[in-house]
Amino acid sequence: MSKPLKQIHLAAHFPGVNNTTVWSDPEAGSHIEFASFAHFARTAERAKFDFLFLAEGLRLREQGGKIYDLDVVGRPDTFTVLTALAAVTDRLGLTGTINSTFNEPYEVARQFASLDHLSGGRSAWNVVTSWDAFTGENFRRGGFLPQDERYSRAKEFLDTATELFDSWHGDEIVADQESGVFLEDARAGAFVHEGQHFDIAGQFNVPRGPQGRPVIFQAGDSEEGREFAASSADAIFSRYSTLEPGREFYADVKGRLARHGRTPDQLLILPAATFVLADTDAEAQELAHEVRRQQVSGQTALRYLEHVWNRDLSGYDPDGPLPAIDPAPGENTVARGRASVRSHRDPLAIAREWRERAAAENLTIRELVIETTGRQSFVGSPATVAETINALVQADAADGFILVPHITPGGLDAFADTVVPLLQERGVFRHDYTGTTLRDHLGLAEPAAAPATRRVAS
Amino acid sequence: MTGSHEGHPSPLHLAVALDGAGWHPAAWREPGARPRDLLTAEYWTDVVTEAERGLLDFVTLEDGLALQSSHRTQPDERTDQVRGRLDAVLVAARVAPLTRHIGLVPTVVATHTEPFHLSKAIATLDYVSTGRAGLRIRVSRRSHEARHFGRRTIPRLGLDDLDTPAAHELTAELFAEAADYIEVVRRLWDSWEDDAEIRDVATGRFVDRDKLHYIDFKGQHFNVKGPSITPRPPQGQPVVSALAHPGVPFQLVGSSTDIGYVTPHDTGQARALVTDIRAAQATAGRAEEPLHIFGDLVVFLDDAPGAAASRKERLDALAGHPYTSDAKVFTGTPGQLADLLLEWQRAGLSGFRLRPGAISHDLEAITRGLVPELQRRGAFRTAYESGTLRGLLGLPRPANRYAPSEPEGSPRP
Repeated sequence: MSKPLKQIHLAAHFPGVNNTTVWSDPEAGSHIEFASFAHFARTAERAKFDFLFLAEGLRLREQGGKIYDLDVVGRPDTFTVLTALAAVTDRLGLTGTINSTFNEPYEVARQFASLDHLSGGRSAWNVVTSWDAFTGENFRRGGFLPQDERYSRAKEFLDTATELFDSWHGDEIVADQESGVFLEDARAGAFVHEGQHFDIAGQFNVPRGPQGRPVIFQAGDSEEGREFAASSADAIFSRYSTLEPGREFYADVKGRLARHGRTPDQLLILPAATFVLADTDAEAQELAHEVRRQQVSGQTALRYLEHVWNRDLSGYDPDGPLPAIDPAPGENTVARGRASVRSHRDPLAIAREWRERAAAENLTIRELVIETTGRQSFVGSPATVAETINALVQADAADGFILVPHITPGGLDAFADTVVPLLQERGVFRHDYTGTTLRDHLGLAEPAAAPATRRVAS
Repeated sequence: MTGSHEGHPSPLHLAVALDGAGWHPAAWREPGARPRDLLTAEYWTDVVTEAERGLLDFVTLEDGLALQSSHRTQPDERTDQVRGRLDAVLVAARVAPLTRHIGLVPTVVATHTEPFHLSKAIATLDYVSTGRAGLRIRVSRRSHEARHFGRRTIPRLGLDDLDTPAAHELTAELFAEAADYIEVVRRLWDSWEDDAEIRDVATGRFVDRDKLHYIDFKGQHFNVKGPSITPRPPQGQPVVSALAHPGVPFQLVGSSTDIGYVTPHDTGQARALVTDIRAAQATAGRAEEPLHIFGDLVVFLDDAPGAAASRKERLDALAGHPYTSDAKVFTGTPGQLADLLLEWQRAGLSGFRLRPGAISHDLEAITRGLVPELQRRGAFRTAYESGTLRGLLGLPRPANRYAPSEPEGSPRP
């Protein structure tokens, strides 16, 4: 008997503040007006997607000491816009990226618990860490968090927030008008946490939400990040959307779960993926090429190269060869506030690799950057894209995808109208929601409330 | 912003302060109260929609960083009153897309939160409500709330300690911090000029970075660099308000807010409080700027004479003690309340923030009893005249402090 078909999970990433988002297109709308968010969320819900995803960045990016102006700049507060979206959708999950460095557990826990109540159980938290004094300049804490403390703080932050979510069991509010008993337990919400990063105690003031806790996402790719996900996350927002790297990552992370007493279905792997659709594969390829040129202008290409070179390259010709000079050593001081800079761990090696590739394929700076950064994950007719997505999921390269359209807010419309029906026909994607909470959509069980022994006696 | 003197009164402004099932601790036991719905979007949508039906200027939403307590400085461990609440900014955001005119003013605590986060949260509330956001700032001097954050120690104060020099020093410090906090929040709202987004295809620039500004705030409790990650909100500056009892809080209202809520118990006190706030405003160098002074009142309203007072007595009996408040507790008919409001308006108040004793009863008594009464007297609007909260309050859209050439009250591009 053949293996039963896996059901695909799909999510929509609101177009971000990077060059993937094409703001210059005549179809491109506002990135800040609520109407854009509402349109995008309603499209995702019409297509029966699992959730909407919002990224976050807490300081405007700079390059060469100036605010970076070539990409979309500006975004809303994550909690506020997600909660407003709960008013214009009924089932769609609402996933927010929230930093664990420039926040405190009590406040973040009450915001997520509030979002969970106000959305009827649709909240999710993509837990990220930050690392730089640059972002810290906007916050009380300020300063820099050493690399080795980044994950330990994130882990303890999440553990602490979980203790707060679990400090209410869900049955404390009696609200018996006759007897006058509102609360069954005067110590509801009691907690004590003493740790390396947080030493707090008292009573949490938001009763347990419909999902118990928000669904937890993790996005880091390092060894610590993978372990963090295997121990604590419900889903991973990963970067491996192609077959072999996807399978390798999938097997690696799912293979870690048993050590944490968990089963493979308790952690979903959801890579980010871009797409370009057209009536035919050939037209889609042509369109995709055009989109890549919109995404990577000559200026954008030079600026991208500076992320690796850590030098001012504004004097170079984007339609000429790569710089012969090597990247400047040390921490990147040219491009600030970008996660991608961190992933270039060995700039010298990357520069060497890119020069070799440019020489071999006769690529200019701009062409090289288009080739290395701009390739869309899925390009083709709706049938081709549906088949590609399904094949990747059935081959265990992913459990589904977080789709990143390049146009706001209509970039998801065609996918919803043309690809989703094909996946539904194949029996690999839901025709309608079968549950009300995000945990229902993702097939995750509601976490058990904390055992009574963990609670503080009155 | 002074009230009119003789003859036809100038229209007054009306807000309601929403907290759980109402301000009386036994309000949740009233018939029609929905005590099991207090954590649902439906409850808050219904309540704010009713306030909007009454053409009110705005609602405020109470909040705090600990369980509610009947004790001023400590937890009370009571189980016979409403306990547990949702984040007020998020309640406002959830209601915003489902309402069209009414202002949304959540309570925020300055003492333990980040001005950078709060500034973008209120800016975003202004976007999702298309120009109806405000905030009500408060401080926390409760040691158990500080323990929830673990970043600073606030001494545990008993009721007898509230009048000591140490307590006054703490209060002064927390309010000074709140003033800094509002300064940062306001600078961040202005850190983007209105026309910073240019989408200039020719040069490939999405923004004109010369129109984005570092705020470079340095203070005793925080330094904030800026700019905000969120563009300038529709109102430019959402409405800032604070409840103020005499003393240090008046300085905060005088220096930093668009609305101060005061708690007079008679007309003479109303007049004196207005004088004090105007003096604080002048001291802060803002004498020429609009600053609303609203009177806070807890209200129990019934059409039949005496009915409101007996209803309050019934609730007092359920609670086990007579309800008292920092604000005057009014019991009576809508007509009597209208008389009182108009008299206090003549003493210099420009509006009122009514705290419904029991939301299930007194909110409708306000929107369907008091409001028509005031309308009959020509003292309250008969239709919303503006789509923004600043517009309802008669406040112009302010020029951006970082764009000195922008003409006052210019429209959004």
